[in-house]
Amino acid sequence: MELNARIPSGPIQEKWDKARFELKLVNPANKRRHSLIVVGSGLAGASAAATLGELGYHVKCFCFQDSPRRAHSIAAQGGINAAKNYQNDGDSVYRLFYDTVKGGDFRAREANVYRLAQISVQIIDQCVAQGVPFAREYGGTLTNRSFGGAQVSRTFYARGQTGQQLLLGAYQALERQVQAGTVDMYPRTEMLDLIVIDGKARGIITRNLVTGEIATHLADAVILGTGGYGNVFFLSTNAKGSNVTACWRAHKRGALFANPCFTQIHPTCIPVSGDYQSKLTLMSESLRNDGRIWVPLTKGDKRSPDQIPEAERDYYLERRYPSFGNLVPRDVASRNAKYVCDEGRGVGETGLGVYLDFTDSIKRLGRKTVEERYGNLFDMYQRITDEDPYRVPMRIYPAIHYTMGGLWVDYHLMSTIPGLFVIGEANFSDHGANRLGASALMQGLSDGYFVVPYTVGDYLATNKLPKISSDDPEIRNAVACVQQTIQKMLAINGRRTVDSFHRQLGKIVWDYCGMSRTGSGLENAIGQIRALRDEFWQDVKVVGSAQDLNQSLEKAQRVADFFELAELMCIDARERNESAGGHFREEYQTEEGEAQRDDENYSYVAAWAYRGYGNYPGLVKEPLEFEYVHPSQRSYK
Amino acid sequence: MRVTLKVWRQSGRKSGGKFVSYPVENANPDMSILECLDVLNEQLIERGEEPIAFEHDCREGICGSCGFMINGVAHGPLPATTVCQLTMRHFKDGETLTLEPWRAYAFPLIKDLVVDRRAFDRIIASGGYISVSTGSAPDGNAIPVAKEAADRSMDAAACIGCGACVAACPNASAALYTGAKIAHLGILPQGKPERDLRAVRMVTQMNAEGFGGCTNIGECTGVCPKEIPLEVIATMNRDYIRGSWRARDNVVTPIRPFTEWSTGSKLQNDPNG
Repeated sequence: MELNARIPSGPIQEKWDKARFELKLVNPANKRRHSLIVVGSGLAGASAAATLGELGYHVKCFCFQDSPRRAHSIAAQGGINAAKNYQNDGDSVYRLFYDTVKGGDFRAREANVYRLAQISVQIIDQCVAQGVPFAREYGGTLTNRSFGGAQVSRTFYARGQTGQQLLLGAYQALERQVQAGTVDMYPRTEMLDLIVIDGKARGIITRNLVTGEIATHLADAVILGTGGYGNVFFLSTNAKGSNVTACWRAHKRGALFANPCFTQIHPTCIPVSGDYQSKLTLMSESLRNDGRIWVPLTKGDKRSPDQIPEAERDYYLERRYPSFGNLVPRDVASRNAKYVCDEGRGVGETGLGVYLDFTDSIKRLGRKTVEERYGNLFDMYQRITDEDPYRVPMRIYPAIHYTMGGLWVDYHLMSTIPGLFVIGEANFSDHGANRLGASALMQGLSDGYFVVPYTVGDYLATNKLPKISSDDPEIRNAVACVQQTIQKMLAINGRRTVDSFHRQLGKIVWDYCGMSRTGSGLENAIGQIRALRDEFWQDVKVVGSAQDLNQSLEKAQRVADFFELAELMCIDARERNESAGGHFREEYQTEEGEAQRDDENYSYVAAWAYRGYGNYPGLVKEPLEFEYVHPSQRSYK
Repeated sequence: MRVTLKVWRQSGRKSGGKFVSYPVENANPDMSILECLDVLNEQLIERGEEPIAFEHDCREGICGSCGFMINGVAHGPLPATTVCQLTMRHFKDGETLTLEPWRAYAFPLIKDLVVDRRAFDRIIASGGYISVSTGSAPDGNAIPVAKEAADRSMDAAACIGCGACVAACPNASAALYTGAKIAHLGILPQGKPERDLRAVRMVTQMNAEGFGGCTNIGECTGVCPKEIPLEVIATMNRDYIRGSWRARDNVVTPIRPFTEWSTGSKLQNDPNG
């Protein structure tokens, strides 16, 4: 199998214009005859569904939550990047493009990233017009803050709730289309399979989470905006419901899964406190603008932080990376926190934590300014830990936060199944091996508002899509399969709960495929995952029925898919004999302990084909070419 | 620590419900009350009983999924906190906590502590937006917005749509929720062109859903996890009166409320279907 990324020819600055001109259009009168399915209602899904509805298509939008406004994009705190250069500090589309390619450790596709940087500018305009209350200067203009991995101030924000405000903007646009009759919204409905007919994606099979009804929905194209798979680790900053099921079932129907081992560990989360813990809470990376990260200079120093004099503290990021200091990219900050904790210099009861100290900022800026910038984050920290961060330094530790890998897509954001488009975090396309802060919101909205609405049109205009019926034997067969799996899960009636399996799986993946990995560790993990998966299918206990709201059954379906994904992640990590961004193989590091890429052998996207349950997947490579930003050892020193 | 959770159990809208008491021996002061429910549910499943259904997702206080009454108070005793961030250290060892779902005509029960809040989505669909299609926006800095206006708008926009305001109100009024959206958009210059009609449409929908009227009791703002100010209700009333006069030529028809979940009945009742 050959992958064709369909990247337009010509200079990078002109590729998107050229593509837009070459994309075929659908006559406005014909648009309403086309039905489209959008799965997921986060920034990517909601913006795509709203925009496609505005264009006149008939859209069905699905989410598993009770309302589209709950999607996990809502929890993004820090901000959204745009190359507006409002601060006159030398920013440009090219610089945002450059920073993103470099930040991704040269494992992203240049053409996609350039388009993302171009569109970033329009996104801000659109969101302002929708009424997103971005932070303002006294003169009424938009204000910016700086963010990890960049030396310009290009991040737009709405207090510490930027994701919430952007999502509400997209949600309101979506509800406007619901009212206009162009979008039908299906909340509490989960996609359980993709319908592929004559090689094309033509619909989905869903379960109504309240009544248990299994239904088929047919369409001319399917768009997945179902987010990332960070919950494979059980403990993550993702919402409890975030899952890989929609993407995984599409993968099993033939969509290649790209770079699954590229996962991002976020450096500033509240440390784990006990074995009942259900999730990890992120503290926005923006805190690193004004907070200073340190640990005691000596091992095992158990004094309280105010008793440790300045000379006995190690501000390790400022020491090792004098030019970026506390603003180094996420992978670098996380790994360094792990190193100092591994050395025995970690703080807090578990020793798995470092200080994030605001004492100097409060002295310099005054408490009021710090409160204005981070008040809600400080409150949240205090609510959870019962400590006052205005007086005592915060304790933070890295946690899994974002997944750069996802379903493979071409420049049109179409997967290897014609008619199946994948947008936002669910695809692999823009962040390479590491995502820079404030870029996830940008990508979700770019894909949803400004890319997929055009490229879907081109697909509809250039493909013959004969009418199909839900009585098609292939569809009836797929529906039967979905029902059988549900019945099988309920019938096992073993001894262990779904969560206990999920927790154990997460621990394996965190230990062997987390912040640092080794070839032999990954080998070991694959064996453990397989054994645990077999145990799951023999000993899981799911009570209740399939005909009503059954949250254990929902979880069981998702965890079953996480088992299969976890194995693929480890296979991908083992196959990639280099370190890049968030993928750190201990065998491949520079003398200074930084990630050591191998551009000669691994400058490619690893796209995996499903080859049947338990079988080794097939690897297809998409070579990456860097015409503009020449790969170099990333340096933030 | 040890607590007793006295929980409302009801398998569906049509069946009766009752309180059931469950002792939890191994609660921990640092866990959230949702984690305490997780621990209890694990024990129930191991015993072969159905776990308690409760809504939750982000568990960081922003998605608005979670929420129930604890000892008669929406989201429990701690101000400005959703139940997902309410840790057990705020309760006493040996205490009995009574957990009930939101109770309101417009929020029909689905199961145990889970209710149907689609009425909120319909209020937004009726007019809670600025009509600007993708692509038609001017430059972000073309419309200056005074910092003070942006801040006040953001105060109202912080609403997470959890429904605590409705549950806490003796009239089950959705005035705080509806007012928050009217204030968020109406304060900004971008929202001015539709200000009149927006208020009329959203209030009409709110009434059609069967929420009660506001009698200025203020419980709503007291329990609101985002501390949405009561002032937004005054803004709503002012905009509604103003809009009723200035937009009087517009015929406003509410979206028909529907409470069924099955796909077939949704299509039947769906005015757009």
